Amino acid sequence: MATWLVRRVAASLAIVFAVVTFTFLLLHLAPGEPFLPSGDTPIDPAVVARLRHQFGLDQSLPLQYAKYLGALAHGQLGESFALHRPVADALGDAIPNTLVLVGTALVLELLLGLAFGVYQAARARRLPDVALGYATLFLNSVPTFWLGLLLLLVFGEALRWFPVGGVVDPVVHASLPWAGRTADRLWHLALPALTLGCVGAAGTARYERAAMLEVINQDYVRTARAKGLPERRVVLVHALRNALLPLVTLFGLSFPFLLTGAVLVEWVFAWPGMGKLTAEAIFRRDYPVVLAAATSASTMVVLGSLLADVLYAIADPRIRVHGE
Amino acid sequence: MTELLLRVRDLRTYFVTEQGRGTARAVDGVSFDLHAGETLGIVGESGCGKTVTSLSLLRLIPEPPGHILPGSFIELEGRNLLTLAPKALRAIRGNEMAMIFQEPMTSLNPVFTVGDQIAEAAIVHQGLSRRAARARAIEMLKLVGLPDPETRVDHYPHQLSGGMRQRVMIAMALVCGPKVLIADEPTTALDVTIQAQILELLNRLQDELGMAVILITHDLGIVAGTVDRVLVMYAGQVVESAPTPELFARPLHPYTEGLLASVPRLDTPHPRRRLHSIPGQVPAATAWPAGCRFHPRCPYAWDRCTVEEPPLLDAGKGEPASHVVRCWLLAEPARRTRQP
Ligand SMILES: Nc1ncnc2c1ncn2[C@@H]1O[C@H](COP(=O)(O)OP(=O)(O)O)[C@@H](O)[C@H]1O
Ligand SMILES: [Mg+2]
Repeated sequence: MATWLVRRVAASLAIVFAVVTFTFLLLHLAPGEPFLPSGDTPIDPAVVARLRHQFGLDQSLPLQYAKYLGALAHGQLGESFALHRPVADALGDAIPNTLVLVGTALVLELLLGLAFGVYQAARARRLPDVALGYATLFLNSVPTFWLGLLLLLVFGEALRWFPVGGVVDPVVHASLPWAGRTADRLWHLALPALTLGCVGAAGTARYERAAMLEVINQDYVRTARAKGLPERRVVLVHALRNALLPLVTLFGLSFPFLLTGAVLVEWVFAWPGMGKLTAEAIFRRDYPVVLAAATSASTMVVLGSLLADVLYAIADPRIRVHGE
Repeated sequence: MTELLLRVRDLRTYFVTEQGRGTARAVDGVSFDLHAGETLGIVGESGCGKTVTSLSLLRLIPEPPGHILPGSFIELEGRNLLTLAPKALRAIRGNEMAMIFQEPMTSLNPVFTVGDQIAEAAIVHQGLSRRAARARAIEMLKLVGLPDPETRVDHYPHQLSGGMRQRVMIAMALVCGPKVLIADEPTTALDVTIQAQILELLNRLQDELGMAVILITHDLGIVAGTVDRVLVMYAGQVVESAPTPELFARPLHPYTEGLLASVPRLDTPHPRRRLHSIPGQVPAATAWPAGCRFHPRCPYAWDRCTVEEPPLLDAGKGEPASHVVRCWLLAEPARRTRQP
């Protein structure tokens, strides 16, 4: 188990390193430059040259790359070109917002996906299953931002049940008591988390339905019935426990999708998270922010899949023994 | 005569196959009695309907595609299992009537310990506490001869060999002390040496616990020393039924003859050579031949066999219905000499 973990962590570090390198190259290969006059505001070329020198952009690419890696190894993420503040501070504001959004969406995805998948499998090929099958297929195929916009228009603009954006109400939030502030946060979280979670839940439901249908025909499920167990126990204990195993893998796989989806959802709902921060930084060619965002996102993804592997080893006794 | 436990009459279990390939008449009119403490052997090649028969007894047929036809009758100590409410049926499964399956590798749940799986039935049916049920599970593992039961009780199925898993299956089936144990080819998936051990174990347990056993096998050799009565199945039907010594001494159905001829002789060990003396194979359950279902493979068949389906004819000497055969040879014994 220990050697396995060491190998796995080493591989994770290599992946993060590769992402940093690739992002660095892409940024510098892509057309466009920071500090260039955008449209109608003319900027003195001397000022641009001074800024480029100040941020080290006039040095050779390999040297910039080496310097960046050196700083990164010391945990320094540098200064944002555009935000006039340390990158670490900007990320420090954005990451918790994203984690709250992605975490809530993940819980929704797993709970809803599991519930619907199991329910569908129990009613396989009958009306509720078929109806839910179309619904999940639809959710699975619409673009995330489109679903976000739809929910925003219906529940935000038209019905006014939910706010149209942001993390908290900018006017009243500070004056609310603790419970009120929590409610305010949840109220703002509802639509973006639902958007992101529903798309994931649709996929999970389809996956879990298939897993349950496969498991339900296994010999050991028949054995459970032959023992005289109530059908509820047969399905929810003997079958589900086995059908949960693939879901653990799915959890590791879905994390990157949720992060990617979060970029779009944050944009639609003006949610000040990493996705929004990164997207804005890309438009402004704010290299340090983009690099730091890519680094932290890839770190989260590899941590997620590492966690999934560990969970899998815990959930499946057959792997537990081989690992030890 | 001992007390009658199980009465099966005209059991028909059909499967509606997909894409309109017709109805599979897997079990098509099977009748038999099982008395307390008795061992009944059900013998026949693969595909003859033995498993479907045994699953039907516990109503474990997947519905759909399967269904037990109205007119079928399964009675356990006076209760008609086919009209029983689900709850009452569950109280019988694993408690009064238990089953062990052919595949010990896949019949145990991989994510629970064998102890938990054995204890489960005792908790559900007898209301034992978890602790008492665990002690019971260890006791059962000891009973089925698993070495080191206190350790094994916490093992997962993948940590056990095929033979040990089948012992666990037996322990699981017997934990509530059932009156009827159905063993569906319990040794087919196992090595030859392990097969003998498991059969011996089943014999011993039956002597100790006194339950009735339905032993299903495709190998007549296995039933010889074990069972009181043999039911030979072919194409979803009983083709011959007799007390074991009578069947071995006086096999009347050509299919039984064929099965007997293919039993490996003790002095020439050929465990792999089976059923070589019956040409052809069991047809699909969707297309049983007209007339006698065995006629395409029968060395004696004549025109009557191809059109007229034989009923079960009484061949008993003395006691009525002790030896029955589904063959026209019984009506026209002279035909037997004309073997090609
Ligand atoms: N779930 C099912 N659907 C369709 N046909 C089935 C099903 N189960 C069994 N059968 C058919 O029933 C017949 C008898 O099968 P089975 O009882 O398993 O035979 P045996 O146990 O004697 O080898 C076979 O022809 C098989 O194809
Ligand atoms: Mg079988």
